[in-house]
Amino acid sequence: MSEMIAYSFMQRALLAALLVGLLCSILSFFVVIKKLSFLGAGISHTALGGIAIGLITGLNPVLTGSIFAVGTSMCTGYISKAGKVGEDTVIGIFFASGMALGIALISSFKGYYPELFTLLFGNILAVTAKDLIMMAAVLFVVLLFVSIFFKELIAICFDEEMAEAGGVPVNYIYMGLLASMGLTVMVSIQLVGVVLVAALIVIPGAIASRLSRNYRSMLLTSLLFGTGGSLSGLVLSYAYPIPPGAAIVLILTLLFGLTIIIKPLFERSRYARI
Amino acid sequence: MGNVIDARDITVKLENKEVLKNISFTVQQGELVGIIGPNGAGKTTLLRALLGLVPLANGTLEVLGCSSTRLKDARAAIGYMPQRQSFEKNFPLLVSDVVATGLLSRKTLLKRIEKTESKIISSLEDVGMRSYLNRSFQDLSGGEQQRVLLARGLVRQPGLLLLDEPNSGLDFNAQRLFIDLLIKLKSAMNLAIVLVSHDLVSIAASSDRLLCINRTMHVHGRPAEVMQSPELDRVYRCQFDLLSGMLNERKCSDE
Repeated sequence: MSEMIAYSFMQRALLAALLVGLLCSILSFFVVIKKLSFLGAGISHTALGGIAIGLITGLNPVLTGSIFAVGTSMCTGYISKAGKVGEDTVIGIFFASGMALGIALISSFKGYYPELFTLLFGNILAVTAKDLIMMAAVLFVVLLFVSIFFKELIAICFDEEMAEAGGVPVNYIYMGLLASMGLTVMVSIQLVGVVLVAALIVIPGAIASRLSRNYRSMLLTSLLFGTGGSLSGLVLSYAYPIPPGAAIVLILTLLFGLTIIIKPLFERSRYARI
Repeated sequence: MGNVIDARDITVKLENKEVLKNISFTVQQGELVGIIGPNGAGKTTLLRALLGLVPLANGTLEVLGCSSTRLKDARAAIGYMPQRQSFEKNFPLLVSDVVATGLLSRKTLLKRIEKTESKIISSLEDVGMRSYLNRSFQDLSGGEQQRVLLARGLVRQPGLLLLDEPNSGLDFNAQRLFIDLLIKLKSAMNLAIVLVSHDLVSIAASSDRLLCINRTMHVHGRPAEVMQSPELDRVYRCQFDLLSGMLNERKCSDE
């Protein structure tokens, strides 16, 4: 362990895992409650279009991907609310069209794009100090947004219609949540890649929802499992030849599987005591 | 008694389609007005118009002294209970958390809500659910959940309460208890209540006046008059002899 921490690239990777684990588990709480899991997958795959634009134009692909991810999430919210089209339908369209744009651009402008593999499958060990600053900045923005509008977010997640009727500016706050998701997905792509990022913003909240009886403990449990899963996945990938992204997602999936098995046993013993 | 709601010839268009046309009615303090009509008649849209959530294409509307352009100001004094399916059933909230969401408005943005606990306890007491304060909302029965949602509507101590099919999905006994509670609250708080329901027998028995709408106003008046109106048969496209018979029977037994 001490040997692992001695490497500066591992120090950066551990910090990145902590930042992204925190970010994803905060949003995972809302994603699971508001049933936005498919949106997470949609945003990450759509971002491929933005990443491709960045790669072929020489701009920072994370930046162009972020613009695409945030744009997609907000467009999804706007179209589904204003255009009477189901959110899953809009996501389904953006999901495929973003991927198609990415594939079309990368195939048309033939070249060598070493970053592409990293962005598709993640490479936390290649995280730079600049990337860490970006992750910390996104975490700060998301934390600020969530802490300012926490009570409104809870009300919107529980009963959007009632919140709107009460005078809560539902659309603005919901758009803020979607934009936060877009940013989170994009910075998390460096950790686990386009393909696996959706798992990181779904599984911590899903585990927490199985184990918690109120939203406060659900949020804490999500944070615990999100950060714990990210860090332990990284440690596992150091010990065994498994890519960090895959290790993190597999650990979280295993923990979710355990809650499926263990929770009914706990409940049975609780009822037996009663 | 002043008018809490004064609607005159209100017309609502959604996506260029007339959803409501020339609806006029008033609701006074301490009055329970029932709204009936078939599916798609515009009952929920009418409640949304009273809340200022959908704009009027025509007509004038005043709710709690606020004109239709200033209805946002009136919302703080309106309690609302949307249809049962509007809330997220798997969200792990305590009863107190659910009631607290009723305190939120544009004015509470970026602010701490003061005296939250006393307001929550008081509204739960009003609906007879004080002892459920720290219980999980998910664990309650349908009838208990409805009473908590009613407490959420009452937590701002409103002058007007709008209820959208609060009885749907409840068994007969839970429906009866809920309607009895509404009548008690109406008298105790001098509340103006607008109740949308498909349960014609219970709404007719509990309302002071009934409005029957189907995009436009078809018949309104005392429940017995409305239930015996031939217009009702046309709106619902069926005979209501049996229903008026049941109603008369219930009234006789009450007397």
